Amino acid sequence: MNFVGINERVEQWRQGAVRARRHGRRLWVRVGLFLAVLGPGLITSNVDNDAGGISTYSLAGARFGYLLLWSLIPMAIALYVTEEMCARMAVATGKGLSDLIREEFGFRPTFFVMITGFVVDLGNVVAEFAGVASAMEIFGISRYIAVPIAGFVVWLLVLQGTHRQVEKIFLALCSFYLAYFFSAVLAKPDWLEAARHTVIPTVQFNAGYLLLLAALVGTTIAPWQFFYLQAGFVEKRIGPRQYSQARADVIAGTISCMVIVFFIIVSTAATLHASGQFDIGGAADAARALVPLAGRWAALLFAFGLLNASLFAASILPLSTAHVICEGLGFEAGIDHKFREAPIFYWLYTILIVVGGGLVLVPGAPLWRILVLSQVANGVWLPIVLIFMIKLINRRDLMGDRVNSPTFNVIAGLTSLCMIVLTLVLIYAALFRPGGVPGM
Amino acid sequence: MSTLHATELLGGEAYDAQGNFVGRVTELFIEPSDQPNRIARYLLGRGKYLPLVARHEQVSFVAPGVIKLNVAERDLDHFAPNEGWLAVRKDLLDQQIIDTKGRKVVRVNDIDLAEQPTNGTVELRVTDVDVGLTGAARRLLQGLASPSFIRHIQKQLPARVIRWEFVNLIESDPLRRVKLRITHNRLENMHPADLADIMEDLSATERQSIIASLDEQTAAETLAELDSRLTSQIVEKMAPEQAADILEEMEPDKAADVLAGLSPEVSQDVFDELRSEEAREMANLLRFDENSAGGMMTTDFVLVGESASRGEVVDWIRKKEGESGILDNVYLIDGDAKLSGAVEVARLLVAPEEQAVSEIKSEPLVWVPADANEKDVFELFDKYNLRSLAVVDGNGRPVGVVTVDDVVTRLRAQL
Repeated sequence: MNFVGINERVEQWRQGAVRARRHGRRLWVRVGLFLAVLGPGLITSNVDNDAGGISTYSLAGARFGYLLLWSLIPMAIALYVTEEMCARMAVATGKGLSDLIREEFGFRPTFFVMITGFVVDLGNVVAEFAGVASAMEIFGISRYIAVPIAGFVVWLLVLQGTHRQVEKIFLALCSFYLAYFFSAVLAKPDWLEAARHTVIPTVQFNAGYLLLLAALVGTTIAPWQFFYLQAGFVEKRIGPRQYSQARADVIAGTISCMVIVFFIIVSTAATLHASGQFDIGGAADAARALVPLAGRWAALLFAFGLLNASLFAASILPLSTAHVICEGLGFEAGIDHKFREAPIFYWLYTILIVVGGGLVLVPGAPLWRILVLSQVANGVWLPIVLIFMIKLINRRDLMGDRVNSPTFNVIAGLTSLCMIVLTLVLIYAALFRPGGVPGM
Repeated sequence: MSTLHATELLGGEAYDAQGNFVGRVTELFIEPSDQPNRIARYLLGRGKYLPLVARHEQVSFVAPGVIKLNVAERDLDHFAPNEGWLAVRKDLLDQQIIDTKGRKVVRVNDIDLAEQPTNGTVELRVTDVDVGLTGAARRLLQGLASPSFIRHIQKQLPARVIRWEFVNLIESDPLRRVKLRITHNRLENMHPADLADIMEDLSATERQSIIASLDEQTAAETLAELDSRLTSQIVEKMAPEQAADILEEMEPDKAADVLAGLSPEVSQDVFDELRSEEAREMANLLRFDENSAGGMMTTDFVLVGESASRGEVVDWIRKKEGESGILDNVYLIDGDAKLSGAVEVARLLVAPEEQAVSEIKSEPLVWVPADANEKDVFELFDKYNLRSLAVVDGNGRPVGVVTVDDVVTRLRAQL
């Protein structure tokens, strides 16, 4: 065969061949699209509805009925804008947020951000284990049995499983959040009224209302998620080609997060608020109070949702915190390393779980103070991280054409401003109105 | 000779020969084109006035927080940015570098400098890069605690430093890389698998720049070790000719996998740039489903007639040296070009010169059809403890060989 002949044959083979191989990959691509890219955003937003979150949402529904539902839409916008910024930074730079902060702002600011993050996340981990404790007590199991087992399972699950398997488990767990939907439906709410308050804002200027609003925003938009999300996208090697999928992931996460918050508020508003029980101590109280009003099933579902949320967040938070701190400060990190290779990472991880879980078991431990402190630290932390993010994402040398649009800058800026104001409210309340801080 | 740290000098005060305050040290420059490790220039910031630059021979004394010059302020040059200068604060501090000895990516906490007094002036030479807790503690406490207290703390902490010779900077701008004399010779001496691990720790542009600066052989071997998503991301950003050159260096099965992972337009462009021989081999491989024996095999293998003697076969291999990728087995074909046997190279080695290769072939002859499922392939490898396995077409003719490293890669992916 002459040269031209060979080339023609090659062309024929190639066309058939590439098509054949593509075909073989198509199923993988479809499944992969969901598992490989639809991941970090969905997980992050759902871990958001953790024990502290559920308590706050329950309280919002119990105390103010449907009144606070309007805040969900602005919160969704703020959540989407900030998370999308992370996705875009991951695509443009291929680096995690802690890496970027370290490289562009130096050691000391990074250290400050990391230490604050550690305090905030330790507080959150305490809240998660407190959530496990109260959920299991509804099922009749003592916290002295439940919390150590949960802590050990979480510790082992992450350290022994490979990262990929762990994340698949987490993704599957996301579907259990449907529990809140059923719980809300069983509570027979006034859907029309709920819809009306979601769209039309009702603003009150009393301390209780503002405090609850502060807690609501603070528990929904937390900086650790930015770090976790961006690291997740970097680890998944999201390139420019996968950016639209990454954004879809962020949108899916934001919406599913807000829908769940909606159902939690609606279910407590329809029952507790409607029957005049405005004050509950937390999510567990909410579940117990649901029994006579909405039936045992609604209550059990609610408690199950709380347990799931607490475990879910308890397995992600310590891991991501240890990761972010080590990466920012330049220590080896990641569960792919052996203990000897990354001792600081493993120690941080273990300390978070042992101290976080242990505090729940100490009789008379100042849990409430720890939670308030971590909430305040979170409020301080968020604007700082957001300002770092805004500065980074407007740098053309880092981002190229993917710098922020003015709209995004305004929304992100407003979010940090709101957070500063709300944090001041929170600090004022913690200092001068002890007992007035809700949701803990 | 004592050790200084870059962060102790940065921010320090500079005085001229008369003892007048000139400014604060805001940056230290190395000129790699001159000396690879000497601090050649000190940038002196003066607030709203233009910054000045002191050359190393104008510096007579250096201590933490202070430097003294042996000239007057008016003798100093004004600062003009120079791409060929390596800036210690901007390019090194807090950035990632490759530790070519430890074979990993690390982040710089501080830079250790050694003082070398030379006829009245002081030269600073970079000795190590601090990537451990000592540097971290110093950065944290500087200005907040007394220097002696910081030194005391440092002694308690384990030091982790990398000698400057083993530091490989990561610079994604190719022009600047040339100016800074950054070569990747040390990377090319690493095992491709180690290099691939390092690549995974870097950002996309950094990966791209390193692959672009490696020789084709190393680049091909490294790409073959990376995970497939990364490989296709890197290849898609290359010029098609360059991508084709690298693919030609790869084993055909790996190259075919890379080609199949690209977007249709890019794979077309790259394919058009391939030499026709390589293109035909890859097209051949691409015909098979990814999860079949044909999709796993490589077409680089040694085929000889069954009537040949040991001596003839060894001569043949010697002649084809470099082309025959995998040399576990030599495969025999009969008069119809059908597979008739396989001879382990180890047995070939010890056989006498005149022995016919058909007399030392392995029994039984194990092979799979090209459309066999990958599970069947795994089972055969397990059952017969194979290192390589012949793949035949519908007429019983050998078309390729599956090797044990491909099996391990796939099994591990399924774990």
